[in-house]
Amino acid sequence: MGLFNKLKNIIKKTDEEKEQLNLYDKGLEKTRKEFVSKLNLLGIKYTKISEQYFEELENLLIMADIGVNTVFDFMEKLRNRVKKENISDTKYLTEVIIDELFIIYVDEGNLTDKLNEAPSGPTIILMVGVNGVGKTTTIAKLAYKYKNLGKKVLMIGADTFRAGAVAQLKLWSEKVGCDFIGKEKTDPSGVIYDGLEYALKNDIDLVLIDTAGRLQNKVNLMNELEKMNRVIGKIIPNAPHETLLVIDATTGQNAIMQAEAFKNITNITGIVLTKLDGTAKGGIVLAIKQSVKLPVKFVGLGEGIEDLQPFDIESYIYGLFKDMV
Amino acid sequence: MFEYLGDRLSKAIQNIKKMGRITEDNIQDAMREIRMALLEADVNYQVVKEFVNKVKEKALGAEVSKSLRPDELFIKIVKDELIDLLGNDQSQLETSKNPTLLMLVGLQGSGKTTTAGKLANYLRKKKSKKPLLVACDIYRPAAISQLKDIGSSLNIPVYEEGIKDPLDIIKNALEYAKTNQYDYIIIDTAGRLHIDEQLMNELKNIATTYNPSEILLVLDAMMGQDAINVINGFNEALNLTGCILTKLDGNTKGGVALSVRYLTNVPIKFVGDGEKLDNLSEFYPVRMAERILDMGDIMGIAEKVEGIISEEEAINQTKRMQSGKFDLEDFLQTFKQIKKLGPLENIIKLLPQARKMGLNDIHIDPKQMAHIEAIILSMTPYERRHPEILKASRKQRIAKGSGRSVEEVNRLLNQFEEMKKMMKMMKNGQMKLPF
Repeated sequence: MGLFNKLKNIIKKTDEEKEQLNLYDKGLEKTRKEFVSKLNLLGIKYTKISEQYFEELENLLIMADIGVNTVFDFMEKLRNRVKKENISDTKYLTEVIIDELFIIYVDEGNLTDKLNEAPSGPTIILMVGVNGVGKTTTIAKLAYKYKNLGKKVLMIGADTFRAGAVAQLKLWSEKVGCDFIGKEKTDPSGVIYDGLEYALKNDIDLVLIDTAGRLQNKVNLMNELEKMNRVIGKIIPNAPHETLLVIDATTGQNAIMQAEAFKNITNITGIVLTKLDGTAKGGIVLAIKQSVKLPVKFVGLGEGIEDLQPFDIESYIYGLFKDMV
Repeated sequence: MFEYLGDRLSKAIQNIKKMGRITEDNIQDAMREIRMALLEADVNYQVVKEFVNKVKEKALGAEVSKSLRPDELFIKIVKDELIDLLGNDQSQLETSKNPTLLMLVGLQGSGKTTTAGKLANYLRKKKSKKPLLVACDIYRPAAISQLKDIGSSLNIPVYEEGIKDPLDIIKNALEYAKTNQYDYIIIDTAGRLHIDEQLMNELKNIATTYNPSEILLVLDAMMGQDAINVINGFNEALNLTGCILTKLDGNTKGGVALSVRYLTNVPIKFVGDGEKLDNLSEFYPVRMAERILDMGDIMGIAEKVEGIISEEEAINQTKRMQSGKFDLEDFLQTFKQIKKLGPLENIIKLLPQARKMGLNDIHIDPKQMAHIEAIILSMTPYERRHPEILKASRKQRIAKGSGRSVEEVNRLLNQFEEMKKMMKMMKNGQMKLPF
């Protein structure tokens, strides 16, 4: 089934699903406007496929931060398809482009956006990522979401490095109305130990752990993360159930290195893409999926506490290309 | 930052090296490598295109002189064009008014609050000024307490009134600064999206009401192609006077540094290159270009060392080194000073050809450094001055005292002897320093 049929099916979806799409729509509106109008303009400027068309298309994809190598692979594939299928009309090619972009992401599976929950006892989610990507805010959004689903949520403030991080998370826990354990300027693994003990004693369903934003090449900070994993696994076997890497949509090629580095030292299970409500396209997730094989599980579409949505590639592309259908 | 360009370039110019002159053919590979390296470093697509065209044009038109080989000439052209992109001159911080008002703006998570602290620290330490930090991030939970934490760790006062209209806070802060004779006021504002009209208006209001001497955009060096939208958004609303690039440590290639000046004419004034509050450096286009091309940044090292190690001490120790009288006591002093410089990796990376020598990925475990210190500290001062008296029983005592093994004590002593030999060789001119 081609992507276009998929897109058309999306439009027929239930009200609830539609609402989700609308949210995507709203968050991605600026992104979509820019990208779609540019892609459409390109189709108007060049009705027939030419070298200039390809060059400008490459420019568009690079500007969307899709990743240099991914873009170059993609362009090669596209050129081959154009040759093989004898495509000359840019209007038809526009459909092929979307289709191929979709394939980059869905290739090799691993698409689930579902969180892996513990069969019994608390589900532990460890949040990691570099400085300033929005880990703490994402935790607040996740806590809010699961609290509304009737879960008992605990936040653990284990970012004992950055000034004010624990206080920031504590304020969020008060706003959300969930439990909180955290302490500044101590060993983060110790804080986690206390938090998990608390979770077991108080029948917590979901534990969200905030960690320090560590730049990916700082060996000692990485060791700290390994220690945290050991502590978590000792208290609750098979935990953490999810380790989510938070990535800022405005990040460029460095996001690939972040994903690789974190995947090398800990078992990253998915990505949360934040700050998608600006003008950034977050295209780097396509490159990350292609090279590091990590799926996106959630996207942050705004500063409001409810602005976190499960990632759905169809909606994502729908949000990016709706005007063209 | 993007050392890769230096690497890719040196491979690509092998073709040119063999030829007598620069031709379209033999620079083709080099041009492609430059283009890829720049794009991988997130340099703006448009800038890459123009840069590549300019280098190509100049290289083809250039006359190979007797003094420069074609490959050297090519590198020189790339370097000159890089400097041109980066903005030729170093841009100083405004100091004319008293008190001077500095306002930091930027997206969420770009590092404004930390940078405010670093800037205050820089002004006091390097410029002997009396800075006041003002907390105006009234939106992000705990942002004010974060700034207060930073302020108290630096022992620099933070003016705050909790969550209130920033216009009022600044008004009172100005008065407070005047009565208490602060000469710099650094305003930390809340992070916001450049397309959030309401919040951008708040900044515009501050700017028109108080007319800050500097409005500095704090920009994450890891930003991708969207950087240009952000810079333009802030610049159009606020007429930025400069830019501070943060998070330029790590593996960040920081291509945005090449885009900012060229596309917007906003100069980069500072670079944040580490987690410590000392890690803020003035931005020098020439040095940055040399770093990009793996020519090293000796001036950068000198500046880092300056202020931490006094000249007198340095001369003294060099003399002792040269006279062969360098003992473990001197070693300990040197060691302590080096520790003050922050992570050694950051210094080593500034050495010329660091990448070629494989030093750019070096990791120095701070724990190991601590072990060395512990071992030396477990010696008596006499032992430090005369390490040759250290025999089995003394070594055992030292090992016990430092919690390390005798092997480690031996290793340290051996390394120290090696070092002394090297120093003597350097003095006798048998060995040159790597730079």
